[in-house]
Amino acid sequence: MDKAASYNDTVVRQFAIMTVIWGVVGMLVGVVIAAQLMWPQLNFDVPFLTYSRLRPLHTNAVIFAFGGSALFATSYYVVQRTCHVRLALGKLAAFTFWGWQAIIVLAAITLPLGITQSKEYAELEWPIDLLIAVVWVAYALVFFVTIGKRRVKHIYVANWFYGAFIITVAVLHIFNNLAVPVTLTKSYIIYTGVVDAMMQWWYGHNAVGFFLTAGFLGMMYYFVPKQAGRPVYSYRLSVVHFWSLIAVYMWAGPHHLHYTSLADWAQTLGMVFSVILLAPSWGGMINGIMTLSGAWHKLRSDPILKFMIVALSFYGMSTFEGPMMSIKTVNALSHYTEWTIGHVHSGALGWVAMMTIGSLYCLIPRLYNRDSMYSTRLIDVHFWTSTIGVVLYAVSMWVAGIGEGLMSRAVNADGTLTYAFIEIMSAKYPYYGMRLVGGLIFFAGMLVMVYNVWKTVSDRKAVPVAVLDPA
Amino acid sequence: MRHERIEKSVNLMMVLIVITISIGGIVELIPLMLSSDATEPDENIAPYSALRLAGRDVYVREGCYNCHSQQIRPFRSETERYGPYSTAGEFVYDRPFQFGSKRTGPDLARVGGRYSDEWQRLHLMDPRALVPQSNMPGYPWLAENTLDPELVTAKLETLQMLGDPYTDEQIAAAAGEVEGKSEMDAIIAYLQELGTNRRARR
Repeated sequence: MDKAASYNDTVVRQFAIMTVIWGVVGMLVGVVIAAQLMWPQLNFDVPFLTYSRLRPLHTNAVIFAFGGSALFATSYYVVQRTCHVRLALGKLAAFTFWGWQAIIVLAAITLPLGITQSKEYAELEWPIDLLIAVVWVAYALVFFVTIGKRRVKHIYVANWFYGAFIITVAVLHIFNNLAVPVTLTKSYIIYTGVVDAMMQWWYGHNAVGFFLTAGFLGMMYYFVPKQAGRPVYSYRLSVVHFWSLIAVYMWAGPHHLHYTSLADWAQTLGMVFSVILLAPSWGGMINGIMTLSGAWHKLRSDPILKFMIVALSFYGMSTFEGPMMSIKTVNALSHYTEWTIGHVHSGALGWVAMMTIGSLYCLIPRLYNRDSMYSTRLIDVHFWTSTIGVVLYAVSMWVAGIGEGLMSRAVNADGTLTYAFIEIMSAKYPYYGMRLVGGLIFFAGMLVMVYNVWKTVSDRKAVPVAVLDPA
Repeated sequence: MRHERIEKSVNLMMVLIVITISIGGIVELIPLMLSSDATEPDENIAPYSALRLAGRDVYVREGCYNCHSQQIRPFRSETERYGPYSTAGEFVYDRPFQFGSKRTGPDLARVGGRYSDEWQRLHLMDPRALVPQSNMPGYPWLAENTLDPELVTAKLETLQMLGDPYTDEQIAAAAGEVEGKSEMDAIIAYLQELGTNRRARR
């Protein structure tokens, strides 16, 4: 077959397989650090095995290695299918794959060595940041040039979300990481104090809003209708919630800095926009869930759809919880506690990971010339382990966090504090145990996925797929 | 304008996305950068001495922000537990800021002078020797690593270039100040000064 007449699925396959591998690695590190919080002896007094160095490795691995590879894989797949054209700039697309993997490997080496900027989710030092910027520009070129060559008039809604995610992450990454190098492994950021804090959380919150939300909504807008065999519920809703989501998210960062020494006006702006954000977020959830109208019966037999619907449900719950936690009076209790960790994981495991897993189970057979995964039963097993795992995780951290918040502010009749810090800390051990169990169950599900994917792809030869003519 | 026009032009869509996402950041960041409240030091706040800067960079390298905040909020329970609440002018020489977002361990914004140097040393070597219920990792390697005077000098020069008010004399004296000191000495010097610009009531 003429090359231009077929889709470039090579790069999609590479990213899809690496998504599964990095998912396992990132979650394994998560399990390890959860155990370290329970049994600090597991730090072994070895620098590169120490919690404070491994926790950034966990967050970077699950967000940028697992989540990032999933976004590359699905966006490259979706943009070709919805534009009815082969991916543009094939060599550059290959560069984005190898470049992104190199970044991940560099992160996995440097973070345990303590080479870090110590800005959350922006820990990587300046040489890696430069490489990220280059790969990201290449990604933008491949994606938008492909859209420019499309053979249909309209740009499909999934691509709006992927496009906004790609553009915004470039802007966030560049401004938050402006630093002057001292050596190859150490730099100083150009901002200081509260300005740096505001810059960091403008970045940090929108890493959540664009990397982990807009990008995954792009995934949702292709794979949910595909798997359900139904059109997207409402075109009008997708227009309204797209523009309002990307506009409002950018204002919400200061809710990470409530009651700190950041100026009050900025905190108030952050709170107000965070509460407003509930509406566009739920617009996306409703549009996704209602896409199943007329196809609800498929949930009985299709565990992939179950993954997607539970993911959307967790998206709805997290985006309700988030605005609530952004209200200053609630935040006064929740900030600095395990509640935040519970919130993050109901979003990260419940929404991001489950949407990714569902989409991969839909995508991988198509990439390897099969009708379905090796075992649908194992997908169902994975679905239940994931669901039980994330519920245990989130509930244990909610209970620990609210308890911790209440104990922190408890005072005796004479105005003295009721609890010493270490009493509050030690009260959380049982919940650390419960969280570890939840995390282990979720991780076990990922191993089931590895087996299922291996059996699906190992004896298959990938066959080029012809570009479909537009209807 | 009908949305159809945007959907049919990738260039128009890209331009509109850039405009839409830019407004929030511009409104929240530019006024802050220009505000003296956010950028001018409080009384008694000076750039970190060479040894304390080296100590702060150890704090940054080890990722202490993962468990410790440096930001006391203006609540009764917090000022009671940690001391006077934090102000913006206390952080103007912090690159990066280390407010943190999680307290697996206690806040450190005013830990300076709260414990003896020896307590800090023993605690960093083996936290459970002093606090049996603690889940903090030990950092015994800090005692073995010695500081690199040349590197510390280069750091001060970089910070001076970035506008932090170090004098040339301070930079010239930096190497001597850290000569032969361990990373443990440095981080203890850093911790012992934290927040001491304002004293707790008792």
